[in-house]
Amino acid sequence: MLMFILRRLASGLVLMFVISTATFFLLNLTGQDPVRQVLGPVASVEQVEAKRQQLGLDEPLISQYFQWLGSAVRGDLGRSWFTNQPVGELLSQTLPPTLSMVIGSLILAAAFGTLIGVTAALRRGRLDRGLQVASTLVQAIPGFLVALVLALVFAVQLRLLPATGFTAFTESPAKWLASITLPVIALALGSLASIALQVRGSMIDVMQQDFVRTLRSRGLPERSVVVKHALRSAAGPSLTTVSLMFIVAISSSVIIEKVFNIPGIGTQANNSAGRGDLPVVLGIVLVTVVLVVVVNLLVDLAQGWINPKVRVS
Amino acid sequence: MTDNLVTGTRKSLDVVSAAPQADNLIKKFLREPAAVISLVFLALLVVVAVLAPLITSYDPTATRLADVLAPPFTPEHPLGADGVGRDVLANLVYGAQTSLLSAAIVIAVSLLIGVPTGLLAGYRQGWIDGVSMWISGALLSLPAIVVLLVVLARVGRSTSLALVVFGILIAPSVFLLIRGSVRAVREELYVDAARVSGLSDIRIMVRHILPVVITPTIIQAALLAGAGIGIEAGIAFLGLGSSDKASWGLMLNDASQNIFNAPWLLLWPSVALVLTVMACTLVGNGFRDALANYGSAAGRVKTRKAAKEAVSTPQPARPMTKASAEPEDALLVINDLRVSYPRPNGEKSDVVKGISLRVERGQILGLVGESGSGKSQTAFSVLGLLPGQAEMTAGTLSFAGADLLGMTPKERNRLRGARIGYIPQEPMSNLDPAFRIGSQLTEPMQHHLGISAKAAKAEALKLLARVGIPDPERVFKSYPHQVSGGMAQRVLIAGAVSCNPELLIADEPTTALDVTVQADVLDLIRSLQAERGMGVVLVTHNFGVVADLCDQVAVMRNGEIVEVAAVTDLFTNPQEEYTRLLLDSALDSTSKTTTAPSAGSDMTTETEGAR
Repeated sequence: MLMFILRRLASGLVLMFVISTATFFLLNLTGQDPVRQVLGPVASVEQVEAKRQQLGLDEPLISQYFQWLGSAVRGDLGRSWFTNQPVGELLSQTLPPTLSMVIGSLILAAAFGTLIGVTAALRRGRLDRGLQVASTLVQAIPGFLVALVLALVFAVQLRLLPATGFTAFTESPAKWLASITLPVIALALGSLASIALQVRGSMIDVMQQDFVRTLRSRGLPERSVVVKHALRSAAGPSLTTVSLMFIVAISSSVIIEKVFNIPGIGTQANNSAGRGDLPVVLGIVLVTVVLVVVVNLLVDLAQGWINPKVRVS
Repeated sequence: MTDNLVTGTRKSLDVVSAAPQADNLIKKFLREPAAVISLVFLALLVVVAVLAPLITSYDPTATRLADVLAPPFTPEHPLGADGVGRDVLANLVYGAQTSLLSAAIVIAVSLLIGVPTGLLAGYRQGWIDGVSMWISGALLSLPAIVVLLVVLARVGRSTSLALVVFGILIAPSVFLLIRGSVRAVREELYVDAARVSGLSDIRIMVRHILPVVITPTIIQAALLAGAGIGIEAGIAFLGLGSSDKASWGLMLNDASQNIFNAPWLLLWPSVALVLTVMACTLVGNGFRDALANYGSAAGRVKTRKAAKEAVSTPQPARPMTKASAEPEDALLVINDLRVSYPRPNGEKSDVVKGISLRVERGQILGLVGESGSGKSQTAFSVLGLLPGQAEMTAGTLSFAGADLLGMTPKERNRLRGARIGYIPQEPMSNLDPAFRIGSQLTEPMQHHLGISAKAAKAEALKLLARVGIPDPERVFKSYPHQVSGGMAQRVLIAGAVSCNPELLIADEPTTALDVTVQADVLDLIRSLQAERGMGVVLVTHNFGVVADLCDQVAVMRNGEIVEVAAVTDLFTNPQEEYTRLLLDSALDSTSKTTTAPSAGSDMTTETEGAR
């Protein structure tokens, strides 16, 4: 098991390295002068040169890259070219809103997705067909459209919840909840449908397996057969879906944050990428990959808990 | 978006092996109304997109201050105008062009990358496979929109570039699908034959492998189209798309800015977007369902008493030897048991056709017959564990004087494990792989006997020692995959007898075991039976086992009982031609499988499918 974790960690490190390198050179690929963008068109040539030197952009690209990599390994992601704010500090400000949304939506989607999926698998019939139709419909609706409609109904028409903005949990838990409710629902809906379908499929598979019949032949209560035994075996593939949903949620949160005007990592990415703030964009890409690697590792560990065979090999 | 594609890959893969003829497929597809309507809708959308200049005279990007937020349903602007005075209808119609083009770009890019790499990785395997799997995993773990932000940051607003990049990011879904299909086909005999006959790899791929992957690729393309349209709208909504093109996403962006004063602007682009993406999905699903061609699985087990007449119908088999005994004395009484399964065409296929049996306390009844003769179905009927779609009726089904047919599922569940034990055929697939052997033994005991976990553990260890496991402590702590098949079968036997049942149902308990272990396991069953005085129904196709263990034998064929006799009578003086045939073939062949003539070979597959 330890070897397994180490292998996954190594693979994750390679991924982080490859992605950040690719991002670095991609962002430096085209000819626009970042310094000119930082200072604006009215700055003098001397000012531009001075700034260039200050940012270290007068050096060859390859040494810029190694400088960045060297400090990144030490945990220093540099400073924004535009606001001079440390990238680490920026990330620590923008991560909480995004993570609140993403994690909240995944919990919601996993809980209800499992419930609906299991029920559909056991009952079949009309409920099952209803689930299939509904999930096709829900998966066809882009998350931001759901967000817009939710904002229109609950914030604009009914005025029940705030349409925009984010309140930190530490500031006011109640306001925090109110501010993330609509974004979380918008993010969760698509994942919920996917998870429900996956759980339904694996549950139907597992319930037909020999060992379930044998468990029943032992006269165990149906609840134990379904929840303790069958669901645990069905959870493996469903967890993989959850880890995919995490990536999708990070991706969608960029748009959802725009709809609800939430100062999260997606909004930051959109702004920084728009004006070419390379250190910030690199930092965001890096932290996203780290998140994905961590979540995948957690899912792998959970797979090991569910399936003892994974643990041994 | 990405998620559907990947899970879709898995589903499409399932049906690869069952690819039917193409014309047949189209026929089946046409029987899916939702898919056909969706296809028609998409065709109409293409027409609208092509005829856009004829439908509206407006330039979708032209802004007019005078028309800002012009109301809908006016001759000038049938659907109104948006926040900067652009005509909504024109944007809707030209937006269709953009959407369809986006779908085309994403499909083209991801197929161009995914198909060749998938073919190569699946066919060659080795390091190429390893490397491409890592790259595909890496691409799949990237949040698409974050990548698009980075790319567009340097290049500026460009819808087509964004779609090309998205096509690359989503290509792994095609790659995985093709790779999986190729790996599945690669091992097929005809590919082997082609390889032996010296065809080059490329010709094998084009001639034998490509045709197999075409249908799943079409399904995937439909899903990719939906994803492409969705992502285009997302990019445009974020303001990253080309500014000189109409787009439903751009319309939604404008609508969101005017959500307070003109919420109706949301309507048309939303409807267009949702319907189009859904149509793509439904077309894909339609193809998939047409391929899968599954029969409808419905309903629960229908258990009811057969009509009175059924009971008095003359039995096809000879009367039972002890039929005169009082029913209360018997441990198990089965009268006119029938089991049937619905066929995909709506008819029913009967797998057990009105059999009657009787097991006395402490007696071992052998239920013999070739596979598909209905003996396992009979066993599961007694246990109440037939699969959901099975339909069962019986005149009498009583256990120790209690009417099983009149019991609620809960009451029957209380009998199982406690008073009726079950030993399955295949040891490895009958233990829950996720739980330690110990907990699988103690859970039923704690439930039925109401004993503490500690007492149950002590009891389980005693049982494991009793069934001949040399190191009970170790096996108790092991997971099923850590013990051998023979061990697992002993564990299952221990589980079956753990609560001292009066009746033991053993379904081919030695078939899956090594010949060397078989005798030991039979000895074990016999000694446990003698020790506890259980009645046993032993399902088998092996006359050696019958001769070894049984008091009474019932020979089954095609769901009917051919002959019932005491074991010595049956071997010395078989009454029926079929029994004689079975006996002869059992003596002739050294293998365990009977080679008796099969009158119902279609029945065999029928039952196998039902299980």
